[in-house]
Amino acid sequence: MHSSAAASKAVKIRRASKADLPTIIALDERVTRVPKTEYWRELFERFSERKQGRAIFIAEIAGRVVGFAIGEVRAWEFGSPPCGWIFGFDVDPEFRERGIGSRLFEALTSFFRSSGVGTVRTMLRRDDTLIMSFFRSQGLRAGPFIQLEKNIEE
Amino acid sequence: MRLQKATRFALYAALELASRSEGYVSAAEIAAKYRISLNHLAKVLRTLARSGLVEASRGVGGGYRFVGNAKRTTLLEIIQLFEKIDPIAAGEREPGASTEAGLTLKSVLEEIEDTARATLSSISLDTMIKMAHRQAERRAKGTDQRQPATLAQ
Repeated sequence: MHSSAAASKAVKIRRASKADLPTIIALDERVTRVPKTEYWRELFERFSERKQGRAIFIAEIAGRVVGFAIGEVRAWEFGSPPCGWIFGFDVDPEFRERGIGSRLFEALTSFFRSSGVGTVRTMLRRDDTLIMSFFRSQGLRAGPFIQLEKNIEE
Repeated sequence: MRLQKATRFALYAALELASRSEGYVSAAEIAAKYRISLNHLAKVLRTLARSGLVEASRGVGGGYRFVGNAKRTTLLEIIQLFEKIDPIAAGEREPGASTEAGLTLKSVLEEIEDTARATLSSISLDTMIKMAHRQAERRAKGTDQRQPATLAQ
């Protein structure tokens, strides 16, 4: 069996629990180099309400958390019909290119499908080629919306 | 966005070869499949061979083979072997470029160019092959009426 396929099989995908919070905070900080402890606490608090259409999935190998995917169904923001948004996604750099991201993506899209939506969406930095290439490889294309912003400090 | 003929031929050839990495494929076969000039394609394949993405083999059973990493090779890398996608080359001055309108126009064109570059640099040959297969599946189901040639499965 191909090593990436074997590694992908060894991965367990499950829903996150509160006990995963410190690991996710640490993994995110290691990858983005920006500590966001308060953001993650609030997000876990919000998601622990188990409201329909929200999910955090964890990828685990032999008990070690190696990735996560966070998404929720949002409706009518920007006039958009209900759609699954992926707004948090990461795989431990030591465990990349083993199909773990694909397994997390599949888990989240299955969850969205079971929540009744037929479209998945995310937003990425234009210069983040690595993550953009990953989502492209999963079949995501440019959607009907365009993001605009303005510096209002001046 | 329009690509030059050589660039399109290079993308077709790279995709065809990357999707059939098990053996050599002749230039004539690719030219026939895409209905393109064999002479023009041969020149393009030489450029791809010089870049190290494809390997040529002479003689019976010879042809070209993709030897790059299809998961890592992006559309932008191949396009840039043949043309620049920048609207204005660095250092080049166009009439009116230093006026307020010229500078503003430049920033708008850069916005478009940044998006084009981000798109092309995020799509690997491997992803393009998957997209082409999905396109073929849609066509087989009758949800797409276009009739392009399919990539090797």
